[in-house]
Amino acid sequence: MRWPALTRPGRAVLVLTIAVFVALALAPLFAPWITGERYILGLLARVMIFAIAAVSLDLILGYGGLVSFGHAAFVGLGAYAVGILSAHGITDVTVVLPVTLAVCALFAVGTGAVAVRTRGVYFIMITLAFGQMAYYTATSLAQYGGDDGLRLDHRSTLFGTPIATDPLAFYYVVFGALLFFYLLTRVIVSSRFGRVLRAARQNPVRVETLGFNVGQVRLTAYVIAGMIAGVSGFLLANHILFVSPAYMSWQRSGELIVMVVLGGMGTLHGAVIGSLAFLLIEEFLSTITEHWKVIFGPMLILVVLFARGGLLGLLGGRHG
Amino acid sequence: MRKFGFTAGLVASVALMSATASAQSVKVGVMLTLSGPAAVLGQHARDGFNLGIKHLGGKLGGLNADVVIVDDELKPDVGVQKVQALLERDKVDVIVGVIFSNVMMAISKPVFDAQIPIISPNAGPSPLAGKGCSPWFFSTAWQNDQNHEAMGKAAQDAGYKKVVLIAPNYQAGKDAMAGFKRQYKGEVVDEIFNQVNQLDFSAELARIASLKPEAVFAFEPGGMGVNLVKQYSQAGLAGKIPFLSAFTVDETTLPATQDAGVGLMSGAQWAPNLDNAVNKKFVADYEKQYGHVPALYAAQGYDAALLLDAAIKAAGGKVSDKTALRDALKKTTFTSTTGKAFKLNNNGFPIQDVYSVKAVKRADGKYATEIVAKVLTDYKDAYAADCPLK
Amino acid sequence: MSTTLFVVQLLNGLQLGVLLFLIAAGLTLVFGVMDFINLGHGVQYMLGAYLAVTFYALTGNFAYTLLLALPSALALGLLVEVLIFRHLYDRDHLDQVLATFGIILFVNEGVKIVWGAAPLNVPIPALFSGSIEIMPGLLYPVWRLAIIGSGLAVAVLLWAIVSHTRIGMRIRAGAVNAPMVGALGVDVKTLFTCVFGFGAMLAGFAGIMVAPILSVEPGMGDSVLILAFVVIVIGGIGSIRGAFVGALIVGLVDTLGRSFATDIFRLFLTASAARQVGPAFASMLIYLLMAVILFVRPAGLFPAKGR
Repeated sequence: MRWPALTRPGRAVLVLTIAVFVALALAPLFAPWITGERYILGLLARVMIFAIAAVSLDLILGYGGLVSFGHAAFVGLGAYAVGILSAHGITDVTVVLPVTLAVCALFAVGTGAVAVRTRGVYFIMITLAFGQMAYYTATSLAQYGGDDGLRLDHRSTLFGTPIATDPLAFYYVVFGALLFFYLLTRVIVSSRFGRVLRAARQNPVRVETLGFNVGQVRLTAYVIAGMIAGVSGFLLANHILFVSPAYMSWQRSGELIVMVVLGGMGTLHGAVIGSLAFLLIEEFLSTITEHWKVIFGPMLILVVLFARGGLLGLLGGRHG
Repeated sequence: MRKFGFTAGLVASVALMSATASAQSVKVGVMLTLSGPAAVLGQHARDGFNLGIKHLGGKLGGLNADVVIVDDELKPDVGVQKVQALLERDKVDVIVGVIFSNVMMAISKPVFDAQIPIISPNAGPSPLAGKGCSPWFFSTAWQNDQNHEAMGKAAQDAGYKKVVLIAPNYQAGKDAMAGFKRQYKGEVVDEIFNQVNQLDFSAELARIASLKPEAVFAFEPGGMGVNLVKQYSQAGLAGKIPFLSAFTVDETTLPATQDAGVGLMSGAQWAPNLDNAVNKKFVADYEKQYGHVPALYAAQGYDAALLLDAAIKAAGGKVSDKTALRDALKKTTFTSTTGKAFKLNNNGFPIQDVYSVKAVKRADGKYATEIVAKVLTDYKDAYAADCPLK
Repeated sequence: MSTTLFVVQLLNGLQLGVLLFLIAAGLTLVFGVMDFINLGHGVQYMLGAYLAVTFYALTGNFAYTLLLALPSALALGLLVEVLIFRHLYDRDHLDQVLATFGIILFVNEGVKIVWGAAPLNVPIPALFSGSIEIMPGLLYPVWRLAIIGSGLAVAVLLWAIVSHTRIGMRIRAGAVNAPMVGALGVDVKTLFTCVFGFGAMLAGFAGIMVAPILSVEPGMGDSVLILAFVVIVIGGIGSIRGAFVGALIVGLVDTLGRSFATDIFRLFLTASAARQVGPAFASMLIYLLMAVILFVRPAGLFPAKGR
């Protein structure tokens, strides 16, 4: 696949990206040596699930210039689609997955139609508002546990049997999804649609005069990002076998933004690296001290001060 | 750097311990909420548990206690992941945790599937008391509705005809009101739901004043409780309308509310002034070591240590046989901080007396709760009947 | 529901509004003037409250507490500005978000290490510890009137500074075109530092004033931060007048919504359904309000000129 000039990453970054994916693919082989147990597959699966959500956010944030502070709502909606259907006995993946996509698409169209009319910090606040509305709605659903959450008995099923019950199998399902969505968004941003989106970020007026409907382009990107994030929610619910409004709090949306920016926004692989870095460092530090935030906070500040373009910026990758 | 040495030491000791685990020590995984605004509850429980181990000479049931403490950050997905680490990486023999019900619900499946006993020093959600009960679940605290029911009974016994309920608009708040109403047969004039983390209660207090109830029942944990109690007193309602509560006025919030909290009532199964040998020693040493008055979360953590000690002794020190350990946990007894013999119901929740307690200012200037009267005797929760276990 | 109760709730709503303005004033100043998203505003507010706790414990006198805590809040704000924020003014908004997120993590945890995790207390100063009876059986603390008074005073002060002083003129000019102002010989760097410090002090002042009536605990600034952003977005970023009006609107809508939503729903739903929908609706109300306002006026009610 020929990558157009503006999105062609530097060599070092390309090597790093491939290395990361290879490492993730081979991690299960090394897992027993690192820790002696396979729980690390669960940890990495959770990290990859959030990486999927971060990649979808980078699509609209890094490429579209739309900073959504309510992106975690899609993750939560995806998770709740699984949870609510499961509470009614519907667990077949051929039903649950399309419903997840449909719910997220509907929510994205409804909220996006209002949100894309705004710009800058107003867009941030409007998406925050919609995220909060989703959160409060979820906590008020007493029949689905409210904020105590909802347990799932087993993973989504195919022809009656739960799929990927083995942690290794589930790990590769998530890895496959991450790879798929990374490549999908890569194709999207390299396409004509992606070029219009990126141009609209830099100079919407000119793009309008060229005959494109900027609002529609943005809305389409927003819906795609929402659906991808919904799939990450679907995977999260299947991974933890538990659904909770906590998945869509504004703090989680903030963490997603941090993951994208930390890695290097507008690069897609930055989102993957950022989420890996953020979640794994958080996990590691919290084993050292309960006051790990006092170390983690300054680390983020140092990255911002000394690495323009996030962690990838340290390697001389494309600036955000 | 100290932290590096600590990590190296931790890794080394984990490796060593995994190798020598079952022989002369018992591995306990403690998972509590130790970060975020609610961290103080986890700290009390952790400190109480650690004090219990210290009083037992660093041993549980004669075995060396090897304790791993992790923070669930009040995030259910983080909790599940860390509990899996405890089960698979650290190979714990028993888990002590957690503080919050949503995390408890999330980790219950992996823990029950792994067939490792879990002792809850706080969270007691109703699904685990009823249909979803498990032989692997034990509690040294209460079923979530217990203290609310106690206040309902107290209100009923005091003859209050009209009561206003106030709680935050989340599941625990709704359960609190349901628990209260289970015992209270008078008229509930209004059920006020405030927002979670609400700061300013003037609107709710104005409404309460306008309804002129004979008493108010509040469930406002953490900062919400501090805000409500302070503002309740500042609005002049403290002396006028009796204030009944659960988890709102306790030793974690009294240092902040101070005089505003004095005289307000709560429902609890424990107070620092319970007069028995176990409790006296616990409270005295806790205050000496940590410098503040223990709250019921600390006593629950302490009792968890005592329960483990008694059970492991009863199981003959063989913690590798999890079924034997589980059965020992169910049947064993010891004298808890309540001064009575610890007794568990079929669903793993304690059968205990519940009191109404009042906040006071002690002679030494510190604030604490004190027993007023026994409200419920040998209380069994309402969900136990749905639990198929015996 | 009586007229008295309605009037009392109106008063409560206005008071909450002024409180929110006090908290949001510093934020809109920094954001509007310097185009800098300061998520750290919430922790500056929290630090003000914690400083009040410490200085009150040391001096036992609220006046001294205020005199000591305000400069300390200013000093901490300036420290952070010089060390970190100064280097970020020309960076992307999102880099600013990342840095201030790091500061939030650091300060929230730092406060827990220094002061402990349990909530702390500052008593109402003796001079203002009285109350007036606004409704039979309901007292209104005089301290809340003091808060309203200080909020109004801050509003007037800011308006006076920004529109009627030389430095206010430079600030407004710097907000529209900083390099040009620099080229005209004004030290924009110092100017921005002053504005940021002043904003930090305002945040700290708000924290000190509310400490007697609210819980002082780690993370107390987080929910306040979101409310403050809602206020300034509704009002229009960079506009003091907008922040004031926005705060009053938010305070009123939130209070009246919380007070009467369930009652209104009870008119056409069953009592239990109303009780489920009412509070959920009330918590969403200010976000709905913001969405509606942004739909009609995408830049807020009184956007500052030049935006």
